[in-house]
Amino acid sequence: MVEVKQLHKSFGDLHVLRGIDLEVKKGEVVVIIGPSGSGKSTFLRCINHLEQPSSGEIHIDGGNLDDGSVDINLIRRTAGMVFQQFNLFPHLTALQNVCLAPTKVLNMPVAEAEELGRELLKKVGLADKEAAYPQQLSGGQQQRVAIARALAMKPKLMLFDEPTSALDPEMIGEVLMVMKELALDGMTMLVVSHEMGFAREVADRIVFMDEGLIIEEGEPSEFFSNPKHERTKAFMSKIL
Amino acid sequence: MDGRPLGEGAALFKFDLGVVARYLPFLVRGVGITIEFTLISFLLAIVLGLVIALGRISKNRFVRIPCQIYIDFIRGTPLLAQVYLVHFGLPQIFGYKPVGFIDALIALTLNSSAYMAEIYRAGIESIEAGQMEAARSLGMTYGQAMRYVILPQTIRRVIPPMGNEFITLLKESSLVSVIGMEDLMMRAKMMAGRSFRPFEAYFTSALIYLAMTFTFSRVLGRVEGRLKVSGRG
Repeated sequence: MVEVKQLHKSFGDLHVLRGIDLEVKKGEVVVIIGPSGSGKSTFLRCINHLEQPSSGEIHIDGGNLDDGSVDINLIRRTAGMVFQQFNLFPHLTALQNVCLAPTKVLNMPVAEAEELGRELLKKVGLADKEAAYPQQLSGGQQQRVAIARALAMKPKLMLFDEPTSALDPEMIGEVLMVMKELALDGMTMLVVSHEMGFAREVADRIVFMDEGLIIEEGEPSEFFSNPKHERTKAFMSKIL
Repeated sequence: MDGRPLGEGAALFKFDLGVVARYLPFLVRGVGITIEFTLISFLLAIVLGLVIALGRISKNRFVRIPCQIYIDFIRGTPLLAQVYLVHFGLPQIFGYKPVGFIDALIALTLNSSAYMAEIYRAGIESIEAGQMEAARSLGMTYGQAMRYVILPQTIRRVIPPMGNEFITLLKESSLVSVIGMEDLMMRAKMMAGRSFRPFEAYFTSALIYLAMTFTFSRVLGRVEGRLKVSGRG
């Protein structure tokens, strides 16, 4: 589904990603953890080209993003993205947020898009909020709308960039619940998160990043109970 | 001192309301032309300004740099020079016959477009980067993201500064009188010449400009108030 080879990314002198190799299989849920500044978010943003990689290869669903063989806009449709700050469109209602891309990008008829939008809002538990504007919704509700919005493009892969970091604690659960259901539906997911409970329960694999490199990866049970690398151990001792 | 007794004029001066009353209809006929110039060039600048603003923020430098130069040139030179340039200068190069009305409109439009472009640019750049990223991550092209996500949010933010630009334009349109347009300013000049009462002429015309800008800024204030109440985005 996703294959990343020797991915490097620099911002000027700052070498943020220093050779990432990662493969994600269809239906797999991979949670990326690591200290802040380790390049987790940058890595995720490179995958759908919100950041331009400095070098390396990214294959999504067979197409290479960097050799010009595929349209980046097409790849971005394949990979839905959920942001830390939600980034809902404030001038549109919840339903319009969800329907915008299908109608404009996929040329879906409005009625069909609205039907899809309502279905997705129902799926994230917000069927009654379709007419609400983002600022009328709580953070947790906004993030769930954002997930519905990403799903409306029928992505094959979902990228979550710290989806619960900007939320009040009591709202984190509702968002994680939606993500968990998504995982159970078989969605391929790449999640940057500090939610260890979620990682332990839902992830098929944990990836630990530090200083722009993948230090260690493994199944959650193994990873949490028996981290091998010193830096992983140090990190785990701080957060658990 | 040229021998004119100081203070005497002031002491004898009487504001001649009769002259004002006589010439008021004559002055007011210029108001139409002033408003016409202001409105047409404002509407054209709304469109042209957006085009230039989009060019100014383009990643393509062959688009961006000319737009930047255009904005810098217009904002860094006097409108009066621009009016003369369009009316007298460019016909010399391109060989067209100068037509005052059209040249005045062109000069005002070109001038206002540069200011308008900067208003749009400030508005667009005030939208959080996350909006563009979210739109692009949904597969929208840059153009689609601009059209459906960024610009609708920008419009609310650019309305107040555009209102100010309209007021500026209304006042600056008085410069078209130098190429013979019979706007309010020109008629004030004519009134001064015919009546030998320049103070009455220019003061009255100034008050008419004030009445127009004051009325408009009150209307603008209301629109802004309404935008704040329903403030979405």
